[in-house]
Amino acid sequence: MKAQRDVWGDTVAEIGLTDPSIVLVDGDLANSTKADRFAREFPDRFIEVGIAEQNMVGIAFGLSTLGYRPWLSTFAVFLTHRALDPIRMLVSQTGANVRLAGAYSGLLNGSSGKTHQDVEDLAIMRAMPNMTVLAPADEVEAAAVTRWASDHEGPVYVRIARDAVRQVLPHDYTFRLGEAVTLRADGDIVLVSTGVQSSRVVEAADLLAAAGIRARVVHLPTIKPLNEASLLDSLKGASLLITVEEHTVIGGLGGAVCEVLGNYPTSPRVVRLGLDDQWSESGPDDFLLDKYGLSAQRVAEQVRSAVTTHEAAIASSGAATREEGIR
Amino acid sequence: MDIDVSLSDPPSDARASGAAGVDLHRIARHVRWHILNTVAQSKAGHIGGPLSMADLVVALYFRELNIDPHRPDAPGRDRFVLSKGHSAIGLYSVLALRGYFPVAELATFDHGDSRLQGHPDMRLTPGIDVSTGSLGQGLSAAVGIALGARMAGQAFRTWVMLGDGELQEGMVWEAVNSASRFELSSLTAIVDVNGLQQFGWPAVDGRDRFDRSEPWAHVDLAAIFRGYGWNVIEIDGHDFAAIFAAFDEAGENARATTRPTVILAGTIKGQGISFTRGTYTWHNGVASEEQLATARAELMIEGETDESAA
Repeated sequence: MKAQRDVWGDTVAEIGLTDPSIVLVDGDLANSTKADRFAREFPDRFIEVGIAEQNMVGIAFGLSTLGYRPWLSTFAVFLTHRALDPIRMLVSQTGANVRLAGAYSGLLNGSSGKTHQDVEDLAIMRAMPNMTVLAPADEVEAAAVTRWASDHEGPVYVRIARDAVRQVLPHDYTFRLGEAVTLRADGDIVLVSTGVQSSRVVEAADLLAAAGIRARVVHLPTIKPLNEASLLDSLKGASLLITVEEHTVIGGLGGAVCEVLGNYPTSPRVVRLGLDDQWSESGPDDFLLDKYGLSAQRVAEQVRSAVTTHEAAIASSGAATREEGIR
Repeated sequence: MDIDVSLSDPPSDARASGAAGVDLHRIARHVRWHILNTVAQSKAGHIGGPLSMADLVVALYFRELNIDPHRPDAPGRDRFVLSKGHSAIGLYSVLALRGYFPVAELATFDHGDSRLQGHPDMRLTPGIDVSTGSLGQGLSAAVGIALGARMAGQAFRTWVMLGDGELQEGMVWEAVNSASRFELSSLTAIVDVNGLQQFGWPAVDGRDRFDRSEPWAHVDLAAIFRGYGWNVIEIDGHDFAAIFAAFDEAGENARATTRPTVILAGTIKGQGISFTRGTYTWHNGVASEEQLATARAELMIEGETDESAA
């Protein structure tokens, strides 16, 4: 297993070999985000701005106006919160060729606690026009997305995880913007996830299968722009849809999915799992995943509970049937 | 890769070709008229800041910058960033008179479907190098441009106009630090030190005359910039001779030093029109018909055409 930050650092350094327009702008965290590999290989194209995230964005934008294709690397929280205003005006509103790598995203950031956890990044970034928002599942997809984003024209935000997860995609995987990726095909209970949480959701599906509940797993590496047809296709036959994200339940993956399904009168019921409008805390990864309901075990429990509630509702009303899912 | 390192086809040298016979005072009068009149017709917009920076921007576009209005995207052109983006109408008026777009288009300012947005939009308006509006961001963009120019072997220079009130934004100082750290001598910042802002400050002596002045009371801006490793030039921002002397010195600094240069230009907010001059109350405003007539007379617009100005 390889952590996404390691993959990102290696991949950007590799792309740098063949693409001289790639430059890397760092905010004094290169040895955490793994931008330091690029720094060693290409010192002339590595720009250390220091602890000044707004300035990082402004400088990267300025470089982009001359044809450079900058990657920015810092902790996600400093990009999407501290530097949001320059991202909005200089990058999103102009459609600049700037790639934002949000490292240490989500809850798991080496016990740094709520100040450094970014569980609002997807909601914030996807609200802005022109912004492509990507959240890869594992090391394979992190590499694929990094390559895709390096070639893309326009602003991209990539959610990068600090710690390794179990690989869920094959080595020959090809990333396609917007498309839903079905990781487990069985079942009319559909778990939709994004980022590295998708890997834990696959484990949850395995736990559920062992308990006799067949659950499909759909991974959405693209939070924006969503390919609506692909999403609907992946949800065919769903009677209950459960979104799971290492992010607040407000405005992220669950929000995006509900926005799509709201257009269809026969959509299945949606349960959104994630940070339930609360701040988290410091702690080891396992502790946080367990306490905030994101470990495989806790996801499986919540799914079982949701299924029980769902079936009781069907039995009592008779109005909703499994056949009323998306066809 | 789309990085043009060719310097073989630079834009025409505006200072050489455009300087002779151009009456900058006259152009500046017309720019001031367009600022007041356009905002009055649009019924919304900023006045005081555009008027305070007007002479400096006229000097840049009619004498200093290496630009060609017919090739606004020429790779080797000098760059100008209006970091105090709310002064957009001042820049639009200069760009129109310089030939980037028709003077008549100024009438679309702030209207729907216009290229002339309330704050500068680089994707819409010919001659706008950087989108601005949210204060404090322009210098960082200019640092990136100047840095990129050096990396790509381009010789053009990068200019930024900031407001003294804008310097209260912390992001400015992040960029001030980077500019000297990166030894960007090709970068010149002009601060339009008009001493007022939208509402401003109570008087420091406790005897509030309600003039809301002195954004930087207790602070020596020149010393701060020097402390950050910048060349500092202090001038009267309404004196063309002083402005050009400062521009020449900044050019010399660009060649002979490793430090960026800041021109602290002392100006008067609302300069050039009696009722807008020296008051924060005309930060923005819509002139009445009577006030427009007064300004027209004071600016000696009667009988002159824009074409003759440029």
